[in-house]
Amino acid sequence: MEDIKIDKKLDIRGQVCPYTLVKSKLGVESIEVGQIIEILLDYPEAADSIPKAMLNYGHSVLKVEKINPKEWVVQVRKEVED
Amino acid sequence: MEFTEEQLKRYSRHIILPEVGGKGQKKISEAKVLIVGAGGLGCPVGYYLAAAGVGTIALVDNDRVELSNLQRQIAHSVKTIDVHKADSAKQTFEALNPDVNVIAIKERLNSKNILDLFKDYDIIVDGTDNFPTRYLINDACVMLKKPLVSGAILRFEGQVTTILPGDGPCYRCLFEEPPPAGLVPSCQEAGVLGVLPGVIGALQATEVLKLIIGKGKPLKGNLLIYDALGVNFRKVKIPKNDDCPICGKNPSIKELTDLSEEYCSI
Repeated sequence: MEDIKIDKKLDIRGQVCPYTLVKSKLGVESIEVGQIIEILLDYPEAADSIPKAMLNYGHSVLKVEKINPKEWVVQVRKEVED
Repeated sequence: MEFTEEQLKRYSRHIILPEVGGKGQKKISEAKVLIVGAGGLGCPVGYYLAAAGVGTIALVDNDRVELSNLQRQIAHSVKTIDVHKADSAKQTFEALNPDVNVIAIKERLNSKNILDLFKDYDIIVDGTDNFPTRYLINDACVMLKKPLVSGAILRFEGQVTTILPGDGPCYRCLFEEPPPAGLVPSCQEAGVLGVLPGVIGALQATEVLKLIIGKGKPLKGNLLIYDALGVNFRKVKIPKNDDCPICGKNPSIKELTDLSEEYCSI
């Protein structure tokens, strides 16, 4: 599989809703349209809610992957200005 | 702007809104809003703007809190009776949100001090209860090209409009001159439902926040009229008047004047 260039990594392990979304939203605001952010999280609900919220904001979700029993990685490409 | 963990929590419901976000919240924290009147309208406007994190809020009011105010002026309490309303509201707003710098201006607005008091603020909110001050505020905002969010209440009815000088009508385009003294009764004479200024003040605060974040349509060129008994909101178009004495093509008002004192008894 083709490697994706990650422009920013965000570690929000230990955060719960809604701060998982608050931090992810601010993370996306800090990159440019077309760039990719990788979010590392361990709050199970956020593995579902963050991708949904990012799609609602108009961004693309490139990957949602459970990397171990307690952690997920979500990759988001910023598609629209804030 | 880097938010503290506390600020992330406090403003989380704003930050996750696409129309606000971190960038909009930063604009809110940098905004400077001046509210004329810390009474029925000024209390809810200031309360919500303080909660929203507006960085600087000035309150202009020279009156002191009375027991009869507490039926509607929600920033005051029995503990602040006889205290200046501006100081009483400042205490309340700063207790709600220590991020906010509240400036209490215990003066009565007049043609001499108004331009100087207004000049450093981004948005002016009119929460006054008399026509001379309402017209003075309008004229000063037109001269300084400051956005003005105006509200008025009586009995069971209230109105709101947003005036963007140079971009739509002003208060004088709607009513060129104040009504004769005594024609329109005051809340003192006619009464007002205590919750009514809460509704109108919340609408004013909404307009202010929309202007700060630059989202949505401001209520310019329209007067929104709320009838609490009939539960009706009506939006009435206000045309810009080219012959307006303050914002028209050839304005006749070139400097500010104070209207006669008899109005002040309204």
